[in-house]
Amino acid sequence: MDIFNFVKQPWPWYVAGPLIGLTVPVLLLIGNKSFGISASLRHICAACVPAKIPFFQYNWKSESWNLLFVGGILLGGIVAGAWLSNPAAMTIHPALAKELAGYGITNYQSLVPAELFNWQALFTVRGLLMMAGGGFLVGFGTRYAGGCTSGHAIMGLSTLQWPSLVATICFMIGGLVMANVFLPWILAL
Amino acid sequence: MYKSLSQLKYLLAGLVFGVIFVKAEVISWFRIQEMFRLQSFHMYGVIGSAVLVGMLSVWMIKQFNIKTIQGETVTFQSRKFNRGQIYGGLIFGLGWAITGACPGPLFAQIGTGATVIVITLLSAIAGTWVYGKFREKLPH
Repeated sequence: MDIFNFVKQPWPWYVAGPLIGLTVPVLLLIGNKSFGISASLRHICAACVPAKIPFFQYNWKSESWNLLFVGGILLGGIVAGAWLSNPAAMTIHPALAKELAGYGITNYQSLVPAELFNWQALFTVRGLLMMAGGGFLVGFGTRYAGGCTSGHAIMGLSTLQWPSLVATICFMIGGLVMANVFLPWILAL
Repeated sequence: MYKSLSQLKYLLAGLVFGVIFVKAEVISWFRIQEMFRLQSFHMYGVIGSAVLVGMLSVWMIKQFNIKTIQGETVTFQSRKFNRGQIYGGLIFGLGWAITGACPGPLFAQIGTGATVIVITLLSAIAGTWVYGKFREKLPH
């Protein structure tokens, strides 16, 4: 197997996790920046629609590194999607496959399920709830919590901030409840 | 000019990070479902080992007083507790399980060609804006 095909396989957690963790010292050492992603959404609000709201009155330009960072993530998605993507369909847990088949979701070819997230689906109740509704909760919740998986779970826990542990536990509780209680109902719509 | 160019290192860091996101399938809606249904160790392994490496790195930076490439002392932000971390955390968790993506993966998902996720991202920006608008009225 050549190196390129080797890279194309899905990377195991013990390769990807430590690499993601290294983002913490990399950002600290190249510019004294604290790893965090959801703040970029606030900077976009401050730059585009501040609307005299005090929360968006600050010098977002001094935080422009964060916007470049998320721009880089987008580019990384393009690079990985175009040249490094795994040609095979994803393998998912049989119980999940069985459950999803009940909602008509049987295509595991792409990381984002094509049957749930597509432009036509946006005009269905299920699609609108999942894309527009889900996105709203992500943006509202992360800012309310003061950070997301990167800012709280990874950066916050790395620096032993107990409020970040509280936030991380709440992320997990919210996710467990949604996936097991409400989402089956939404998927059945 | 030099300052703008030096900012490109963040673009590069983001690019590498985005590639890891995609290759580890952490931007996959399916992996997030498996995590919240306790069907796979993958996401727990990714987040857990990332935190361990992050902790070890921060400890080393403090222990050996490692400076930034500009020669500055590394500064760390401390987090103050407020109830927003509970309420906001729960709300974000609900959204995370629906979209299968936290904010970072949203950008990467769009990059891989799932263009409709632009709508999810715009909605997330709207959610952030609404939080900012009603911040004073929310319990913290």
